[in-house]
Amino acid sequence: MNQNLQRFGYLALLALLLAAPLVAYPVLVMKVLCYALFACAFNLLLGYTGLLSFGHAAFFGTAAYVAGFVLRDWGWPTELGLLAGTLAAAALGWVFGSLAIRRQGIYFAMVTLALAQMMYFFFIQAPFTGGEDGLQGVPRGTLLGVVDLNDDLKLYYVVLAICVAAFWLIHRTIHSPFGQILKAIRENEPRAISLGYDVAKYKLLAFVLSAALAGLAGATKTLILNFAALTDAHWHASGEVVLMTLVGGMGTVLGPVVGATVIVVLENELADKVGSLVTVIMGAIFVVCVLLFRRGIVGEFMALRRRWSGSTDQ
Amino acid sequence: MKATRIATAIAAALGLAAGAAQAQISDNVVKIGVLTDMSGAYSDLAGPGAVAAVKMAVEDFKAKDKPAFAIEVVAADHQNKGDIASNKAREWFDRDKVDVITDMVTTSTALAAMKVAKDKNRIALISGAASTLITNENCNDVTVHWTYDTYALANGTAKAVVKQGGKTWFFLTADYAFGQSLEKDASAVVVANGGKVLGSVRHPFPGTDFSSYLLKAQASGAQVIGLANAGTDTTNSIKQAAEFGITPKQTLAGLLMFITDVHSLGLNATQGMYLTTGFYWDMNDQTRAWSRRFFDRQKKMPTMVQAGLYSAVMHYLEAVKATGTDDTQKVMAAMKKAKINDFFAKNGYIRDDGRMMHDMYLAQVKKPSESKYPWDYYWIRQTIPAEEAFQPLSQSRCPLVKK
Amino acid sequence: MTEIFGVPLPALMGQLMLGLVNGSFYAILSLGLAVIFGMLNIINFAHGALYMMGAFFAWMGLTYFGIGYWWALLLVPLAVGVVGVAIERSMLRWLYQLDHLYGLLLTFGLALIIEGLFRDQYGASGLPYEIPEQLTGAFNLGFMFLPKYRAWVIAASLTVCFATWFLIEKTRLGAYLRAATENPRLTQAFGINVPLMVMLTYGFGVALAGFAGVLAAPAFQVNPLMGSHLIIVVFAVVVIGGMGSILGSILTGLALGVIEGLTKVFYPEVSATVVFIIMVAVLMIRPRGLFGKEK
Repeated sequence: MNQNLQRFGYLALLALLLAAPLVAYPVLVMKVLCYALFACAFNLLLGYTGLLSFGHAAFFGTAAYVAGFVLRDWGWPTELGLLAGTLAAAALGWVFGSLAIRRQGIYFAMVTLALAQMMYFFFIQAPFTGGEDGLQGVPRGTLLGVVDLNDDLKLYYVVLAICVAAFWLIHRTIHSPFGQILKAIRENEPRAISLGYDVAKYKLLAFVLSAALAGLAGATKTLILNFAALTDAHWHASGEVVLMTLVGGMGTVLGPVVGATVIVVLENELADKVGSLVTVIMGAIFVVCVLLFRRGIVGEFMALRRRWSGSTDQ
Repeated sequence: MKATRIATAIAAALGLAAGAAQAQISDNVVKIGVLTDMSGAYSDLAGPGAVAAVKMAVEDFKAKDKPAFAIEVVAADHQNKGDIASNKAREWFDRDKVDVITDMVTTSTALAAMKVAKDKNRIALISGAASTLITNENCNDVTVHWTYDTYALANGTAKAVVKQGGKTWFFLTADYAFGQSLEKDASAVVVANGGKVLGSVRHPFPGTDFSSYLLKAQASGAQVIGLANAGTDTTNSIKQAAEFGITPKQTLAGLLMFITDVHSLGLNATQGMYLTTGFYWDMNDQTRAWSRRFFDRQKKMPTMVQAGLYSAVMHYLEAVKATGTDDTQKVMAAMKKAKINDFFAKNGYIRDDGRMMHDMYLAQVKKPSESKYPWDYYWIRQTIPAEEAFQPLSQSRCPLVKK
Repeated sequence: MTEIFGVPLPALMGQLMLGLVNGSFYAILSLGLAVIFGMLNIINFAHGALYMMGAFFAWMGLTYFGIGYWWALLLVPLAVGVVGVAIERSMLRWLYQLDHLYGLLLTFGLALIIEGLFRDQYGASGLPYEIPEQLTGAFNLGFMFLPKYRAWVIAASLTVCFATWFLIEKTRLGAYLRAATENPRLTQAFGINVPLMVMLTYGFGVALAGFAGVLAAPAFQVNPLMGSHLIIVVFAVVVIGGMGSILGSILTGLALGVIEGLTKVFYPEVSATVVFIIMVAVLMIRPRGLFGKEK
């Protein structure tokens, strides 16, 4: 894509997000942002490394619980709470990653799913999570002891800043030499090996980074909703993040953001109207995407643009 | 803080005195949000039936009292998840100007939603949830716990079973806060009545196969196996206990059972069981009349949760009418002042801890041969007076209770 | 009373038998997954949902058409198989040229749809299905009380599992199947209709899930969520066993069921996670699985 146009696109999106809480319900927009970050983190793995993790909820959920716990029970300041959640997710990512990269493809997906389910059972039984009741009443606190985050608007801009920073990090990672190697692994793993890259190491690094960012999203979500719950660690959440990425377009920078917006808003709007048919609709979107729109919204849009302009640059 | 509270109290009193003259209902609409389990394990006992009960209350209120304000009912599915309940409640209060939220079937959703209600200064009327945490550690001044709680259930059922000779107990407990709370309350009752608790086993929630846990219960040799679980977990345990020949050698005590559970299991599997309930449709002409109307809509007889919800919403609307406002504190004051007299409760009243006090009933499931017509399931063995049924205020851990 | 490691013998044997029952379900489901994977290279995420569908079909047959358990045992797998064939023809076959991950994603979507539909229609609280009259009651084995129905579950699923093994490993049809798995184009060149075999294989694999569903209906309640609870454990079973061998997946399923049963006796806290812990151990020691061939 044309550099200027891309820059313009990002600026327009940022302006839109800055103004969003004035028209939309801030809590909903914050939720969208969190899931967008979650999906971006996931896309780093699926879209750029070619690893389909079906267990990313484990990182999201772990960070949510850890952040919630240190904020509520140990009274840590907000920044440290977010950091603790992120680091916990990164550590877990390292463990899961080391195990899961021993298998490839479909097995990788099943291993991550099974490991995540193990965490889910752990969270049900662990005393600090509150089990089925969840970890409730997590205080938002103040940012650096100055900004009172109990005000939805103030919190919104903090969350926006976190997400923009994380998004920038992902963007830089993708376009760094490291990102290029990841893409090489995705395209042709044997060749990457023959070129002398320690593929396992790169995969693991990507996995840990992805887990950490997913964790940041989870910790931030706890802050917004004052709540960490089993839903965050359930396999449905893992499936949802796959869906968001798929709908938006995997392997595109903005795809997961678009996908997360579509899915979160859709779920929010549909929940009261169609009840349990929401699952059916989500499933149908999955099926339609896989059969007809494998490139996702952003991917299709870019393909369309390329066809129009006849150019082949990305 | 204290000053404001006194001020509100005075304002409430003035409001009562001034009556309709000072009518101020925001937007002239009273909005009731029903937050319930629409599709999950508890949708039979609450769910669509709960929404129907609330709508019946609104219709009856409109027909009877011809209010000057409009009443709207919105409903949402909390999927038995605290986080969803918390989000939905927040959204309703922030965006949709909902005045009161009702039902909340699981403890987790109730605790989450009542917390939001307190933050936003709106009313929460809980019918479906069971844990005594709601009126103890987590109590607040905008929440009423209407229908039943784990204390009342344990107290009614466990006591009855011990008195029938079931002295040794083993608990099969759903491994989460509600199950644990139920087990704790029931154990205390068993011990207090001269029984003995031999042990317990915790099963994952939700479970499908209980056979291995039941075998443990069997090996314990206890006379009574207390089921500290609910919904599908309970029905599955009962079914599988029969399969393994555990019943009738050992007795099962369902600590939280609803008429819909009995209906789905059938009388063959449940006959003779004791259970405690806040409502049974076939008690008197009043309950029968209301329940038949409910049945015409839902094709099921109401559970205590659904009946309690009608009662709660009716009481709320009457308080709104009496005070002429939907201001939370004024309405709460009026609700706490007025007695509740309807088909559900006789001389019911709301305590400081938010507990709605009404009589509970000890029921025993009929034998198939004793059941004469559809939904003829219970013998009501005993009426448990409110003061005996619920946790006394002297034991309360609620900070709002002055001792 | 005899005790082993402080556990009374009856309790231990009881749990072992129960483990074997659960293992039967793991075996039959992981077998179906392995059969499908061998031919289509797809992990059928909808397997759990189709198992649930089997249980529901049995219930619906009984409730709406008066079709009893024994007929259901025959008809329901056929019906589920037909559903499978329809899925394969209308959707899966478009994905064979793509990355296998798309098959996983598609079947995940299907699982959500099937689960959601049944949930919307029948709620999530479960529907009862009575044990057939001939199998009510229990055998008193002296050391335990074994319900006849559970014994039947073990017998029936073992029979079906080994019949499947025999069909694939010892018959001409099975030989074609194995050939088509090994080299589809060459097999096609020998005049064997490979797409038809692919279709029938998928149908057969999900029919196994449907069969398991009928077996499960009287033992557990018929519940829209029964499949998703099970499928993830079965995935772990598949990772442990590796999907290279039919016999391997049957044995792994049974063995893990028994191990799970033992955990419930000795260390119940981890009974929900023991399969996953074993999976981790296997991944560390033998990543391709106990019976796996790396592809």
